[in-house]
Amino acid sequence: MKMRVINLIKRAAAVLLFAPAVALAAAASVQLDKAPVSTDPAALQHGAKLFVNYCLSCHSASFKRYNMLTNIGLSEQEIRDNLMFTAERVGDLMTVAMRPADAKVWFGTAVPDLTLVARQRNSGDGSGADWLYTYLRQFYRDTERPSGWNNVVFENVGMPHVFWELQGEQVANITENADGTKNVQLSLAKPGKLSVEEYDKAVADLVSFMVWMSEPIAEKRKAIGTVVLIFLAGMFVLSYALKKNYWKDIH
Amino acid sequence: MSVDQKMDSSRRTLLLATSAAGGVAAVATAVPFVASLTPSERAKAAGAPVEVDVSKLAPGEMMTVEWRGKPVWVLRRTPEMLASLDATDARVSDPNSDKPMQPDYAKNKHRSIKPEYLVAVGICTHLGCSPSEKFKMGAESGMGADWQGGFLCPCHGSLFDLAGRVYSSMPAPDNLEVPPHQYLADSTILVGEDGKA
Amino acid sequence: MTTKSQALLNWIDERFPLTSSIKGHLTEYYAPKNFNFWYFFGSLALLVLVIQILTGIFLVMHYKPDASLNASGVPVAFASVEYIMREVPGGWLIRYLHSTGASAFFVVVYLHMFRGLLYGSYRKPRELIWIFGTLIFLVLMAEAFMGYLLPWGQMSFWGAQVIVNLFSAIPLIGPDLALVIRGDFVVSDATLNRFFSFHVIAVPLVLIGLVVAHIIALHEVGSNNPDGVEIKKKKDANGIPLDGIPFHPYYTVKDIVGVVAFLFFFSAVVFFAPEGGGYFLEYNNFIPADPLKTPPHIAPVWYFTPFYSILRAVTFPLFGLDAKFWGVVAMGASVVIIAFLPWLDRSPVKSMRYKGPIFKAAVAIFVVCFIILGYLGVLPPTPGRTLVSQICSVLYFAFFLLMPWYSKLDKCKPEPERVTFK
Repeated sequence: MKMRVINLIKRAAAVLLFAPAVALAAAASVQLDKAPVSTDPAALQHGAKLFVNYCLSCHSASFKRYNMLTNIGLSEQEIRDNLMFTAERVGDLMTVAMRPADAKVWFGTAVPDLTLVARQRNSGDGSGADWLYTYLRQFYRDTERPSGWNNVVFENVGMPHVFWELQGEQVANITENADGTKNVQLSLAKPGKLSVEEYDKAVADLVSFMVWMSEPIAEKRKAIGTVVLIFLAGMFVLSYALKKNYWKDIH
Repeated sequence: MSVDQKMDSSRRTLLLATSAAGGVAAVATAVPFVASLTPSERAKAAGAPVEVDVSKLAPGEMMTVEWRGKPVWVLRRTPEMLASLDATDARVSDPNSDKPMQPDYAKNKHRSIKPEYLVAVGICTHLGCSPSEKFKMGAESGMGADWQGGFLCPCHGSLFDLAGRVYSSMPAPDNLEVPPHQYLADSTILVGEDGKA
Repeated sequence: MTTKSQALLNWIDERFPLTSSIKGHLTEYYAPKNFNFWYFFGSLALLVLVIQILTGIFLVMHYKPDASLNASGVPVAFASVEYIMREVPGGWLIRYLHSTGASAFFVVVYLHMFRGLLYGSYRKPRELIWIFGTLIFLVLMAEAFMGYLLPWGQMSFWGAQVIVNLFSAIPLIGPDLALVIRGDFVVSDATLNRFFSFHVIAVPLVLIGLVVAHIIALHEVGSNNPDGVEIKKKKDANGIPLDGIPFHPYYTVKDIVGVVAFLFFFSAVVFFAPEGGGYFLEYNNFIPADPLKTPPHIAPVWYFTPFYSILRAVTFPLFGLDAKFWGVVAMGASVVIIAFLPWLDRSPVKSMRYKGPIFKAAVAIFVVCFIILGYLGVLPPTPGRTLVSQICSVLYFAFFLLMPWYSKLDKCKPEPERVTFK
């Protein structure tokens, strides 16, 4: 194990010295990349698959039922066959077997439920989607962390890089500015199964799914809202005409 | 009244139009509120079809499963029990199951898909109590010498035979309900869904 | 009207003042004919109250005030809100109407209060209307504060923690008082349950009672108007004010226009921006309450921030009592002082239209300070910001406390005899 880590560092150092850094730079203040959020069912379905395969083993989505995935174009049979590993019934909530107390022992922190994460991570720096999109693409090797991984936007994160097989391994070149802030340059030390573009697309799909999951009603809400506003605009004209008519008595 | 007399025709038209629009708005507003009173996704998930494994059920035994919060009986009838249905034919109020208390595939003498297994909602059709089992026949049952085996509702004394058919002149008006169900395998019944819907 | 329905009406009128009430409050309640844009907000406040009560009734059917954790490790109360958002048919809309309604209530009420300030609606003989109104505002703040705890998110929890701790600043009884309010040593299940009870039963009852008193008092003395002149001084032969028109139908049809316009903007928020950019539903409140971890920056909801800024502006001890105590006193005083406006204003005229330059400047400075205080209350404090909020707090109080002098000094224009009407 130790040898492997040392080898890794050597290799990483070599890559850093000789290969030009892949442009994934991020300043110490949180600089978020704009997430290409999609509402396309194919993207959402791909995101759902990634979520169930990579996230749901530790993170629950406990406000969500499997059968609600029919709203992104999946049939109940497809959900049963491809997405349900632990649950028994298609109407079950997307929970995890791990008990919250155990998680605290294993990871040093409670593993958060992810149903609402896209809404939680909204901030002045960018939307929750932007945060997730940046976060999931900026893991790097850090031997000082218990998990072996660290992250640019979430420093000393407890979660390991679950997508490392897909993304490959990034290493960080950290330089300190004159004012004490840090510059982190990420570069791909070891390519993964996916190219950079493919990995970005996969993360974008996953983030799109998480955005959908955080408020599944959002699209319908806007559609209803449009009708409501048009109706009220019409009603405004009517009621204004009525008022004018009555008030001609006064003028 | 004076307002009515002064009211010109354009004012009347506008008043009607605005009232109509207001009425539409009120009805549309009521939709989400009324909808919120209907069963939620959680209630629907809890009311989803239930799989029942009947492989361990011995002849003459009955098991109860919960479907939509109601008891559903699965009774494995012995040949004698099935024979008793001939004897009760004359004493029940709806011997041919003409009333729609069962899906079409259970509209037969034994009121089931397979004669051996009765699947029925264990709720009396009178006022909703759950009848108790009185499977023993004759005087031994405490129900009289000519008792053929069946169910007795403890609340108001309605009697049902072993196909859930209600005896004549009972408080309960109808036979016990047979829920939609289907056989997924030889000894697996799915209660709540018959694959036809 | 047919004779039968007339007979029924007579039967009722002999036993209940139906016709006379309709006359007194609608068809023969004479309101000044020169109401302008600012006079929409009273009826709109009533509309929002109805929206809140109606949506609240339906939310209570599904909400569970329970801080214990469910099988997934999420507090039951938090999970029940998400249950409403996802699983109850139409629940998302009812909840967004209620959460947006809370902010809309304060928007409307602040504008309604500003109208009173503009046209001197608090002046004699309307002092009681103004006092009832101030009480409504106070009760509304309590209602909003307790309601905000119910979703049991991080902001709910820590907001309640901070506000309840304010009470512990009161000398002698403070710590015990805070304990009685919480019912526990921290904000907990006990707190959640009593806030739920207050939010859905006790406070709304008081609120409705005060609103009724507010309207009865208004209809007793009659409405003020943008000119600040009393229309009851000039009556025709029948005793009807010359500048008055029946509330119904003239102001009902006018208020309907206001209601529709309001609903347009309200719906735009509900359907397109229910989070209100993080001001109506704060992002941190999508995280379940965690008593062991405070979010990095907590700010109250926007409608409390002007008063919260005043609280934070007091950073120095006085007379041997610490800054915390004086901060609470300043915050409480900043709300209560509003009630004294009728006796602070010594101007010979009521309406801003005829008041002099000093009073106009004072109101302008006051509004600017109020907005700056509100803005600073959202931001984390820095030394510079604290200084600005201290200056604004002083000006806020100066507006009220110096009013008896500057309102008298001011050069006012003469009030007209009758209302002006374009």
